[in-house]
Amino acid sequence: MLEMIKQPWPWYVAGPLIGLTVPALLILGNKHFGISANLRHICASCFPANVPFFQYDYKKEIWNLFFVAGIVLGGALAAYFLANPAAIQVDPRLAQELAAYGITDFSGMVPAQLYSWGSLLTVRGLTMMVGGGFLVGFGARYAGGCTSGHAIMGLSTLQWPSLVATICFMAGGFLMANFILPIILNS
Amino acid sequence: MQSSFMDHTAEFEARSQDTICINESHLQHKWYHNFKYLIVGVLFGIGFVKAEVISWFRIQEMFRLQSFHMYGIIGSAIVTGIISVWLIRRFGMKTVYGEPITFAPKKFNKGQVYGGLLFGLGWALTGACPGPLFAQVGTGATVVAVVLASAVAGTWVYGRFRDALPH
Repeated sequence: MLEMIKQPWPWYVAGPLIGLTVPALLILGNKHFGISANLRHICASCFPANVPFFQYDYKKEIWNLFFVAGIVLGGALAAYFLANPAAIQVDPRLAQELAAYGITDFSGMVPAQLYSWGSLLTVRGLTMMVGGGFLVGFGARYAGGCTSGHAIMGLSTLQWPSLVATICFMAGGFLMANFILPIILNS
Repeated sequence: MQSSFMDHTAEFEARSQDTICINESHLQHKWYHNFKYLIVGVLFGIGFVKAEVISWFRIQEMFRLQSFHMYGIIGSAIVTGIISVWLIRRFGMKTVYGEPITFAPKKFNKGQVYGGLLFGLGWALTGACPGPLFAQVGTGATVVAVVLASAVAGTWVYGRFRDALPH
């Protein structure tokens, strides 16, 4: 049993499990699934700086901070007790492309050659980690949600603005992965 | 329309600016009631790691159409969500505290296009959306805390210059 859990889970197991978060949060307390809202709650609690967007009682949203604390803990439990000892099976086309940029280590969830404290000091690492993170935070709030709030919660409740947002998420991702990222990885 | 059943305080305005976090409970719970959300988060986080949703490589494969895995996960999560929400509405299900379950319609604005595109660029660059970023930190990729801090900074800059941006 444990051996089976340690294997990478197929999409048809993980997808429904992730989808069940939607009714779980609704039934536990009428809470709407949305992870990027926590970034706003962190701003509201730590750096409100008289910005109207951050003037609200973040304590009413503390449930969501508990939820993401659970995600961090779940990540740790999975990594330390349920880890799959084998490296991730990367598609050979991607492996070949990445090898051309000197990325050959596929052992971690994030590529160790790009995501490390040392690579923060390189233009490539700084662009990907600090630049990418900024775009994720800025874009998610500008769009009014991220993959969880729009693509999963929004589409589950059949909201067409969420469909627009999801299509734009994918369009931006295609553009970055296929046209801009190769330039950054080459630098 | 909203004013008939919700009070129009400035705080409510701030909270409703992106339609989440307006379904406030009128019940007062002790703080430890929040641990049930932590448990949902733990299960969700384990699923993220075990299905390799938090893998930078899986996200790159998705955006290069080299793998069905992520499409299968997101697609089946949405189908599960749609069926669950339909059942909740169909049977008028209540929360465990007996409160009604409510849904707030999302309003369209241009932010969903501009912000959506910017978010997509960041998603492919970091290989993670906000949920996986938290899970990655948990798996021991401590440097991802920098990515998260930068995402908080991005959120703050958006909030600060919100009025100057097209919506």
